Amino acid sequence: MAELPPALSGFWVTFSTMFKKVNTEQYPEEKDKYPPEPRFHGRHQLNRHPDGLEKCIGCELCAWACPADAILVQGADNSTDQRFSPGERYGRVYQINYLRCIFCGLCIEACPTRALTMTHDYELADNSREKLIYEKEDLLGPLTQNMVSAPHEMVPGTTEKDYYEGKITEATPEQRAEVAARTDEESEAVR
Amino acid sequence: MSTTSHEATGSDTPTVKMITGTIDGTDVTVPEGTMIIRAAELMGVEVPRFCDHPLLDPVAACRACLVEVEGMPKPQPSCAVPLGDGMTVQTQLTSEVADTAQKGVMEFLLINHPLDCPVCDKGGECPLQNQAMSVGRPESRFTGQKREFPKPINVSSEILLDRERCVSCARCTRFAEQIAGDPFIALLERGAQQQVGTGEEPFDSYFSGNTIQICPVGALTSEEYRFRSRPFDLVSVPTTCEHCASGCSMRTDYRHENVMRRQSGDDPEVNEEWNCDKGRFAFPYLQLERLATPLVRENGQLRRASWPEALRIAADGLAAARGRTSVLTGGRLTMEDAYAYARFARVGLGTDDIDLRARAASDEETDFLSGEVAGSCGPVYRELESAPAVLLAALEPEEESPIIYLRLRKAARAGTKVFSLGPFASQGLEKMAGSLVECVPGDLATQLDQLDDETAAALSQPGAVILLGERAATEPGAFAAMSRLVQRTGAEWAWVPRRAGERGAIDAGCLPGLLPGGRPLTDETARQEIASLWGIDPDELPATAGRSLAATVAQIHADAKAASEAGEEEEFSPELAALLVAGVEPDDIPNADQFLTALDSVPFLVSLETRPSEVTARADVVLPVAVVTEKSGAFVTWEGRRRPFGTVMPQPTSFTDAVVLALLSDYMDLATPPREVDDLRTELGNLGAWQGSRVSPADVPAGSAQQPGSGEAVLASWRYLLDLGTMQEGEPHLAGTRKPAVVRISAATAAANGVEAGSRVRVSTDTGAITLPVELTEMAENVVWLPLNSPDSQVLVSLGALPGDTVRLERGDV
Repeated sequence: MAELPPALSGFWVTFSTMFKKVNTEQYPEEKDKYPPEPRFHGRHQLNRHPDGLEKCIGCELCAWACPADAILVQGADNSTDQRFSPGERYGRVYQINYLRCIFCGLCIEACPTRALTMTHDYELADNSREKLIYEKEDLLGPLTQNMVSAPHEMVPGTTEKDYYEGKITEATPEQRAEVAARTDEESEAVR
Repeated sequence: MSTTSHEATGSDTPTVKMITGTIDGTDVTVPEGTMIIRAAELMGVEVPRFCDHPLLDPVAACRACLVEVEGMPKPQPSCAVPLGDGMTVQTQLTSEVADTAQKGVMEFLLINHPLDCPVCDKGGECPLQNQAMSVGRPESRFTGQKREFPKPINVSSEILLDRERCVSCARCTRFAEQIAGDPFIALLERGAQQQVGTGEEPFDSYFSGNTIQICPVGALTSEEYRFRSRPFDLVSVPTTCEHCASGCSMRTDYRHENVMRRQSGDDPEVNEEWNCDKGRFAFPYLQLERLATPLVRENGQLRRASWPEALRIAADGLAAARGRTSVLTGGRLTMEDAYAYARFARVGLGTDDIDLRARAASDEETDFLSGEVAGSCGPVYRELESAPAVLLAALEPEEESPIIYLRLRKAARAGTKVFSLGPFASQGLEKMAGSLVECVPGDLATQLDQLDDETAAALSQPGAVILLGERAATEPGAFAAMSRLVQRTGAEWAWVPRRAGERGAIDAGCLPGLLPGGRPLTDETARQEIASLWGIDPDELPATAGRSLAATVAQIHADAKAASEAGEEEEFSPELAALLVAGVEPDDIPNADQFLTALDSVPFLVSLETRPSEVTARADVVLPVAVVTEKSGAFVTWEGRRRPFGTVMPQPTSFTDAVVLALLSDYMDLATPPREVDDLRTELGNLGAWQGSRVSPADVPAGSAQQPGSGEAVLASWRYLLDLGTMQEGEPHLAGTRKPAVVRISAATAAANGVEAGSRVRVSTDTGAITLPVELTEMAENVVWLPLNSPDSQVLVSLGALPGDTVRLERGDV
C-alpha cells in the first residue's frame, strides 16, 4: 500500500477512532455502569455474626500482617455485663489508617474469624488526615434486619463454636429485648 | 558489713570433677552431673524443651527433649539424664531416632492443645507455638474431639488458668514448691485429664507471677495483662524494680506510652530469674492521676502556674529561709536524685537538716547508718546462699525484702540454718525451715546480747551472716548490741532497709551530719573534700549536724507555740522557716497527725511530687517531677550494689528531682549544680571512698521490753508485702491476693483476756482502736501482732503506736 502523506495518516487515526467503542468512563456521573471487579480490594469491613455480635476477637493478627503498619487494634475482655463478640476477647479499639493502607489484603488473609473483609468501596478521598483514620464504628458492617447491635448476650445455650459453625442465624427475641432495654436506658439518660 | 574488702572465699571450694562425653560426634567436657541438655547448650546445640528450667529440679515431664544415648534401648530425656564420662549422645541433628521421637512428642502435645493462639496472651512469644511452627506437622492427623475444660479459672484473683492449654510440664507447680515454698497449685488427675489445680485455698503466693513467665504455653495469664496487647506491640526496656531494696532486674514492656506489663529480668547475682508480685504487677500507679503542671498557692488555694512563675516563688521563699530550711527526701529517690538533694540542702539552702527516713527512726540509727552503713559494702546474695547460718533480726524477708527470702529459702534447702528473732515463727520462717529465737518487741538488744550458745556457735562459723532490718530503729540499743554480737561471733552483717532508695540516699549523704560517701560533717578533711567538689568554701558548709525528721517536726511545733506566745505585734522569726519535701507519705510516719499539722504551720512548704498527696495539698509551691519510668538513675540494694537503670519512656515535659533542684539553684542565683544523671554519677564517683574517721555510734544501753499490765500487751507489727502502700494503687487484682489482716496472740494471752478462737479482738490506745479477727498463734506471751498497714489495720494511723509500745487488748464486738 502506498504511503499516505504524514498529515493524512495522522488525521486517518483521528477519523477512524470516532467509530470505535469509547473507553472513557464518566466518573462520577455514571459510576454504577462500571462496578469494580468481584475481587477488588476496597475499604475494609468488620463483619458481624448473624445476630449482630462482632466477629472481631481483637487478636491483632491483621495488624501483625500489615506491611504498612496501617492497623491498630487493642483487645479487651468481654465482661459479664458487656459482650461484643462470642468468646472471651473482642476488639475494643480498631483503627485503619487509609493514608497508609496499600490495599494488599494481607490482613484479610490473616484474620482467623473472617471478621475483616474488603468491600468494593473505593471512594476514600477526604480533606483531612484525621478523617482518613477509620475507627471501629466506621468499619463495622451494617446491621441487617436479623441483627441487633452489640453489646448483647450470646444466643442462650450456644457456645462460640456454634457461632463459627454457622448455627446462629438471627437475633433471638431475648437479644432484641436486651438491646431495646439498653437503648431505652441510653435515650433516657440523654434526655 | 565492712569497709574493707572481703577475704577471698574461693580458696576452699572443692574442685569439681570434669567428665567428657560426645554429643553429635563432638567431645564436650563438663562438670560431673551436668544434664545432657545443658552440655548440648554449651556446644551450641539446642534441644527442644518445655519442662526443663535451669533453676528447677529436673522432672522430664514433657518428653520434648528426647535424644538417643548409645547403649540405652529407648530415647532418653536429655533434661534429666546427666552426661556420663564417655557417653555418646545423638540429638535430633544427627539421629533419626531422636528426631522422630521429638516430632512424635510434639504431635502428642498438640493433640489436646486448643487452636486459640489468636486470643492467647502467649501467642507470639510462645515456645510451643514456635516449636509447632518449626518442627510440628503442617496438618494435624487427629480427628477426634479435643479435651475441653471450662475457660479460665482464677487460681488467685490475679492469676488465671486455662487448663486446655496446659502441656503438664509442671514448671509452675515445681516453682511453687521448690522456689516460693507456696505449694498451693499441683497437678491433679491422671492421663489425658491431668490438670493444674488448686486445693481448697487459692494460689495466694507473693511470687505467683513468676509462674506466668515460666509457663511455656499460655495456660497461666494475669488479669492485669490479659488481652491488653501482643508481644509485637511492646517495647521492652530493661530496668530496676523501685518497690524495695532487693534491687530486682526487671523488664518493662510498654505500648503507646502505657506500661502494659513488667517481667522479671535475669540476673544470677541478684534476683536470678524471679521477682515478687509487687514488682511485677504494682505499676498502674505510674499511670494514675499525675501532677501535670506546677501549682502555687494563691489566697489559700492551689492554682496552676507556669514553671518560671512557680520556680520564682519557690526560689524566693527558699532563699529567704536560707539556713532555716529542712529537707525531707523520703526513701524512694534514685541515688542521683538523693545526691542532688544532699547537695542542694548544703549548698543551696545552707542547712544540714536533711533526712531520708519517712518512717520510725532514731538518733542511734542515724549514727549507725552514718558510721557503719554509708558507703560500705557487705555480704551479697551469693554469700547468703553459701552462708552456714543466717540470723534475721527485726526483719521478715518474705514481707520486707522478698528476694532475700527466695535466696534464703534456696540456701535453707541446701543446708543453711536460718534463725529469726521475732515474736513468732512466721509463715516465711517456716518455709525456710528456720528456727525462732523468741523476742518481744523492745527486747531485741537484750536478746542479741544474750543469744543462746547454740545460735551463737552457728553464727561463729565462717561466712555466717546477720541481717538487721530497718525496724531495728524502734529497738533501743539494737545497733550497739548487733555490733557486740558481730565482735563476739565474727559474722558478716548487713542492714536491710525496706524502700528502694534508702541505701542510695545514705550513700549520697541524705542524713543529718553526713556528707556524701560516708563522710562526717564534722571532719575537717571531709569538709574540704566536699567543699572543693561543690566549688564552695568549707566554711560555707553547715557547721553542726542538722535535724532529723522527728526533730524537724518538733521544731516546727515549738516555733508555732513560740509564735502564738509572742503575740501579733512582735516580729517573730521561727527557727525553721521552710520545708522542702520530696516523696513522703505521711501515713508512714509515726504521729502522722503531728507531721501534718507541722506541714500546715510551717511558713513555707515546697513539695516535689509525682502525684497529688497530703503533702502537696498543704504545699505553697508544688513542682511535678518524673516517675521512675520517665527517668534514669540507680537504686542501691541492701548489699550496697548499684542497680543503674535507663529511661523507659522519655517524656520531654517531665523533670527529675535533680533537674528541678538545679532550676531552683538557677532562680536563686547560685552556681548551677550538675543536673543530668551522668554528671551526678560522675561527681559522686569522683568523690571516691572515704578513708578517714567515721561517725562512731554511741554505745546505747540495751533496751528491754515493756512490761504490760493486765488487759495490756506489747505491740508487735510489720508490713505485709502487699498492703495499702500508695505504689500498689490501681491494681485491684493484686490487692485481692493480700493476706487478710488478723490479730495474732498466743492462746494463753487470749485466755487471760477473755478472747476465744474465732472471735474478734479489739486492740486500742488512747488514739484509737483496731478490731480484727483473732488467729491464735504459738508466740510470746502478752504480745499482740497485727499488720502495720493493711486494710482495717493501719497501726500508725489508728493506734498512733509503734512496735514495742504497750496497747490495750480486749474481746472485740462480734
